[in-house]
Amino acid sequence: MNPSPTITGRKSSDSPVTNVTDFELARALDVASSVPDPEVPCVTVADLGILRSVTRNADGAILVRLTPTYSGCPAVIAIEMAVQSALLSAGIDAKIERVITPAWTTDWISAEGREKLRAYGIAPPVGASGGRRAFFSEDVIACPRCGSSNTSKVSEFGSTACKAHYRCDACSEPFDYFKCI
Amino acid sequence: MAVAETLSQDTAVPAILELADDCLILGHRLSEWCGHAPILEEELALANMGLDLLGQARALYAYAGELEGKGRGEDDFAFLRREREYRNCLLVERENRDFAHTMLRQLYFAAFMQPHWHTIAATSGDETLRGIAAKAEKEMAYHLRHAGEWVIRMGDGTDESAARMADAVTELHRYTGEMFMASPARADAVAAGILPDPDSLRVEWDETIATVFRPANLTVPDVRMPQKGGRDGIHGEGMGHLLAELQFMQRAYPGQTW
Repeated sequence: MNPSPTITGRKSSDSPVTNVTDFELARALDVASSVPDPEVPCVTVADLGILRSVTRNADGAILVRLTPTYSGCPAVIAIEMAVQSALLSAGIDAKIERVITPAWTTDWISAEGREKLRAYGIAPPVGASGGRRAFFSEDVIACPRCGSSNTSKVSEFGSTACKAHYRCDACSEPFDYFKCI
Repeated sequence: MAVAETLSQDTAVPAILELADDCLILGHRLSEWCGHAPILEEELALANMGLDLLGQARALYAYAGELEGKGRGEDDFAFLRREREYRNCLLVERENRDFAHTMLRQLYFAAFMQPHWHTIAATSGDETLRGIAAKAEKEMAYHLRHAGEWVIRMGDGTDESAARMADAVTELHRYTGEMFMASPARADAVAAGILPDPDSLRVEWDETIATVFRPANLTVPDVRMPQKGGRDGIHGEGMGHLLAELQFMQRAYPGQTW
């Protein structure tokens, strides 16, 4: 899966006279991509893969599509408002659309996003998303501080819907793990 | 969206509301644990699971309102119906009682809903329902694992935890059969190809419960008096108390928004 939001719009070939590109659309993508996630501010909405696309409609309006991580994620509205207001500050009046299909997966978190999470102290998701898992099965989660794989799960459910809570048994650091979904 | 155009509203809306009501009412029951959970980690887990269910309910109510086309939205369905209009199964409205009851109820429901959503995501003729289901399926996989592990821990735990878990099985198992019965609304939705026949999920549910009960030293009881009625709007005494709290703000301050 490609984690990068797509950008489409008028192609340069649409204009026969000059090699025009859609600068406003490109800027909208830049601005929307740089909005931090309100609950995990070390990563942007583009890093997480929740910014799905920035496009120009047939009527000329800029359309930004966002997808929630979890059905009940309380940050959804905050994220939509943050993207809208960042665009407004840049002078771009965009329409925000919430899409749920295809369902968001942690597979869409970019390599850069995973590294930013780790540097921030949150262990990035391990492996690819899957369905049901065996009772009491444990993934090996490396401590984001010291790198030791000698860690224990404290709780399947952590400070936000998308995280579990772990403890490092080597350096004693408590840390969040971004759950694989 | 093809189905939404061809399917009669009378068929799809009540069947979707049954699913939504199950999610809303169980989500509300879990929210009642806020500030009362036995340990902090479970406080977070119960609230997180409640939030997942509430999110699923919201998506379903919003879609039901869109299909119905009468201007009703999430809040109208969640807060402004009378008790008889809620079509949740009886299991989800059962009182929390203790942590054993709550986790067993969660196991029973998640073991039903995880494969249920999986089947909807894979086979429903309705694009919106497939989308809602694809998200919900992953969330319910976590609920199933979390609740299943607790049922095993408590069933195979101390004398007291084992006794409480056995009590919970005796009390709650009689409510599980209703999940697999198709109401007339559901039968229409099955015929229209938007939802699966709940009875087709029975074998997998039985296997999941057996997988948990074996290490938990629990036995599936003989149910002599199976309980049903929720799908017809006939609820237990606890439902009125639940709705009194759930609906308080909208009843006291109609139209109030955050």
